Amino acid sequence: MAVQAVPVGDAEKPPGEKPGSSGNGKRRIPGQGRWAALFIAPTLVLLAVVILYPIISAIVMSLQQDAGLDPATGLFVEGGFAGLNNYTQWLLQQCAAVGGGTVPCAPGSLGAQFWSATGITFFFTIVTVALETVFGFWMALIMARAFKGRGILRGAVLVPWAIPTAVTAKLWFFIFAFNGVANNLFNTTILWTGSEWPARFAIIIADVWKTTPFMALLILAGLQMIPGDVYEAAKVDGASAWQRFVHITLPLVKPALIVAILFRVLDAMRMYDLPAILTGGANGTTTLSILVVEQIRQGFNSAAALSTITFIIIFLVAFIFIKFLGANVAADSTSGGKAKIK
Amino acid sequence: MSTVTSTADVATGPDSAPKRRARNRARWASIRTYVSAAVIFLWCMAPFYWMMVTAFREVQYTFEMTLWPTHPTLNNFVTAFSEELGNHLGRALFNSLFIGVCVTVIGLAAGVFAAYALARMEFPYKFMVLGVILGASMFPGVALVTPLFQLFTDIGWMGTYQALIIPSISFVLPLTVYVLTSFFREMPWELEEAARIDGCTKSQAFRKIIMPLAAPAVFTTAILAFIASWNEYLLASQLASDATQPVTVAIASFAGSQPHQEPYTAVMAAGTVVTIPLVIMVLIFQRKIVAGLTAGGVK
Repeated sequence: MAVQAVPVGDAEKPPGEKPGSSGNGKRRIPGQGRWAALFIAPTLVLLAVVILYPIISAIVMSLQQDAGLDPATGLFVEGGFAGLNNYTQWLLQQCAAVGGGTVPCAPGSLGAQFWSATGITFFFTIVTVALETVFGFWMALIMARAFKGRGILRGAVLVPWAIPTAVTAKLWFFIFAFNGVANNLFNTTILWTGSEWPARFAIIIADVWKTTPFMALLILAGLQMIPGDVYEAAKVDGASAWQRFVHITLPLVKPALIVAILFRVLDAMRMYDLPAILTGGANGTTTLSILVVEQIRQGFNSAAALSTITFIIIFLVAFIFIKFLGANVAADSTSGGKAKIK
Repeated sequence: MSTVTSTADVATGPDSAPKRRARNRARWASIRTYVSAAVIFLWCMAPFYWMMVTAFREVQYTFEMTLWPTHPTLNNFVTAFSEELGNHLGRALFNSLFIGVCVTVIGLAAGVFAAYALARMEFPYKFMVLGVILGASMFPGVALVTPLFQLFTDIGWMGTYQALIIPSISFVLPLTVYVLTSFFREMPWELEEAARIDGCTKSQAFRKIIMPLAAPAVFTTAILAFIASWNEYLLASQLASDATQPVTVAIASFAGSQPHQEPYTAVMAAGTVVTIPLVIMVLIFQRKIVAGLTAGGVK
């Protein structure tokens, strides 16, 4: 298996040579590096095939011109090297014009939607994650208490999480139908999926319903790691419930909370299923993922550029989170590693 | 009943004011807990319940607001499985199951070894490997769609099973490695040491001591991996054909028994069929799944 060469080569260096990985108390066994490389190789090879290769091929594609009929002129456009044209096209919203050159993309065309899709993606991300954090925290605080039926509640909370997002979308599509139960309960006559803001709220509500449990469970796990005697001590010292929450619960649960938020943010930024099925991206609910999928039918290379931009945006958000908020994603790793990610 | 509190009161009188106040407060706190718990329970279960109830309503009574169908019927399930209407739900269920099992097996086969190394061994660039796997788990699926769409078109793989299985590895494998690594870190590894001292080789220790110990962790990870694959929609909606589409795609493009009418009841029936096995599985393995979910995020 020639593919294993890369990790094996890396691992065969004597372990002691690596700076920052010493002194964590684990016993070194001679030849362990080679075993480790063998164990890890299949995973890395698979990931290289299913992720690295597509990324590289997307970048290569994104530098090529889409061949085909120009929608504006009806003339056949040759493919070929395009430099960064595909990128500037999206970022500056400039479309190819008759006889070369560029003009601002026509309103409503895919090319004109990049910044609005970016805005909507961030809007959905911020609103849903904020709501999920608040509700998730509340749910976690309730679930952390001791009461009869806690097991039932924890089971119930897993139900929205287990339902496939596509089914969730169809379910809320039905709930938000004009004659549906939402309008009936609240005595409203809103075209939920048919106009801009109701459609956005429908998506937000469905997303919050589906993913708050995940958030709540992560926060709950963080809560349960706080030793009870800390609270007892604070109580004895006369701290009120609110003071205990702000000065004990929040700081101690913060590492778990930030990781949970990071996971949810990155997940929300690639949101596709809910808006695609609930509204089809209509009425100002086109997220970046929907825009990419729509562009695929109109030109691979331009879509590849857009998906690369999307990938970079998500990567930057993750980077900012880890760098500035100290999201300690790999908390249990070696001490040297911890220092690096902080 | 004195309103003056003294230490003697607290110590002796069962009906002393502070004690009563404390008991009242405790009772209120417990009432608040139960009310909140009920609200959470309703919020989580009501939409799910509505889906199941609607699945049993006659089409004409789709928008009935009763908590129980006045005209219960199984017709919606017949519609959902009706090949004549173009609803290949049976086929789609098989596809989802097949894809899910393949992806889970591949993910575990590779992931178990990687997780063992990450949790137990010291080797250079370990942190980088962890970073790569974490990065992969956060990778947006939409960045894969375009290159894979073109690649699979070029090599004639569009709509084949391998075109659906291979991309799913991109999110299932990092998940398995990540969850398994956190599980493995908490296992009683002294037993492995003991086996080694008793003369087991490394691989013997792994097979005879570690694998049986690790089985519950692997099983939980398998459930999480399978659910992740079962729920995937974006990639499948672009890369599948009618013959290979999984349930998520099938449900999104459903046809009803009445033309030109949104087939709500049939979709809810299909949704119920797709969801019930997952919900049962989740409820049975609730503890394990919660442990698996949080192992990745918190530790």
